[in-house]
Amino acid sequence: MRRYDEDVVEVVRGPQPGGAGGVYRAFGETLRGLKTTFARILEGPVTVQYPEEKVPVYPRFRGRHKLHRFEDTGLEKCVGCSLCAAACPADCIRVVAAENTPEHRISAGERYAAVYEINMSRCIFCGYCEVACPFDAITMGHDYELSDYNRSDLVFTKEMLLAEPLERTPLRAEGE
Amino acid sequence: MTPLAALDYYEPWWAQLAKSVVIFAVVLQMVPLVLMMERKLLGRMQARYGPNRVGPFGMVQPVADILKLLSKEQSRPHSSVGPLYALAPAISILTAVAALAIIPFGPVVDIFGTDVGLYGIDVDIGILYLFAFGAIAFYGLVLGGWASGSKYSFLGAMRAAAQLISYEVAMGLSLVGVIFTAGTLSLVEIVEAQKGMWYVVPQFVGFGIFLIAGFAETNRTPFDLPEADAELVQGYMTEYGAGRFALYYFAEYMNMIVISAIASTLFLGGWLLPFGIDPPGWVDPIVVLAKIFFFLFLFIWIRATLPRLRYDQLMSFGWKVLLPLATVNALVTAIVVVST
Repeated sequence: MRRYDEDVVEVVRGPQPGGAGGVYRAFGETLRGLKTTFARILEGPVTVQYPEEKVPVYPRFRGRHKLHRFEDTGLEKCVGCSLCAAACPADCIRVVAAENTPEHRISAGERYAAVYEINMSRCIFCGYCEVACPFDAITMGHDYELSDYNRSDLVFTKEMLLAEPLERTPLRAEGE
Repeated sequence: MTPLAALDYYEPWWAQLAKSVVIFAVVLQMVPLVLMMERKLLGRMQARYGPNRVGPFGMVQPVADILKLLSKEQSRPHSSVGPLYALAPAISILTAVAALAIIPFGPVVDIFGTDVGLYGIDVDIGILYLFAFGAIAFYGLVLGGWASGSKYSFLGAMRAAAQLISYEVAMGLSLVGVIFTAGTLSLVEIVEAQKGMWYVVPQFVGFGIFLIAGFAETNRTPFDLPEADAELVQGYMTEYGAGRFALYYFAEYMNMIVISAIASTLFLGGWLLPFGIDPPGWVDPIVVLAKIFFFLFLFIWIRATLPRLRYDQLMSFGWKVLLPLATVNALVTAIVVVST
């Protein structure tokens, strides 16, 4: 059985203000404070100089989305089922599906996404689209530098999401 | 014409002109330096870099700040009293700069065959002169706060007045010991009297009181109640902007430099070095500047460390602790001086 009296912490109270003890306390504590601040100078800053240095992201970090193709055939994985759009709590995904034809085959399935847009200014990066996708066609990437000058530029089209993303953010190594 | 000061050597007019320009220029250049030093050191003490974007190592930051302030529109509140509102920061800066005149940077030296004292002017009433200008400095703050026509400014000004008056008494009394020991009010002679032993050793109580009162006089943490950004929105300078705000800001740092200079002159032996080291004459101003920067570092260090006092703590500390202590110190010094 656990003994709770071991956890009792003796509270050491300093002398009350006023009188010699108070003076001693005021001086002592002031010197302790000065020591603390001076030690920070010797320690050096902990700031990460952001645009030049970046904190590496974890493998499961949810950044900008990526759309994927099959590596062997080059066909898009997305079949335009709109499950991601249905799962999206921020309602920022718009999918318009079209039929594949033998002459004009874009995806592996029956249909393909003729329009696939994600409005990044609305997206909350919850990753539900990734979870909802039955073909792993959409995944969350690692890029979080998504600012732009126009709101309209933040609506990412299918071409932009399919394109090989610029790796602007370092990935944390395994076990780091 | 009666001379302003008793000169026992001849100093040509051009030498006086030149040295006043040099002292003014050098000390004025220290203000942006102190600004930079403060922001950098505060940063380091809070485990971050200070400003480091403008210029190499961010060294051009104060220039950028001052240029920004000067290029802004001069505006004032409708309820303000125009002429006084404009006059107040000017008084502040004037009193801050005027004290520079008597701070000694070195003894009388031979420059190109002419005897030149390395100070603006050596007056027989040096310390009184300082306190006279220190008293006028109240007008800068109180007028500024009152003429702004804003309750926050007024509250800040009232606090500033109460605080400055309370601590000026202790400050004056803390210097009495030094005056007794040196037997003169002239700053140059006080430095000369410290050959052998700096007054920080026999007058360490006075030194402590002077330093604490100096923090209060310059409205620095932990005595920055007149400014109290969190409660009073900068106190007496709430309604000031652009160049006038820059003046107040400038005066604050100038006051810091002046208090540091006075402390190093009266207690750390001015241009004297310890252990009988006697360097050539051109080193003296550097020694004084080094001592000034030591005190400025102390100012910044304390600012990074201590929180602001409560108003009643400030008052009871000033009147119940510092004032009696300074009086006892002056009395004991007087008894010792008389009995030896």
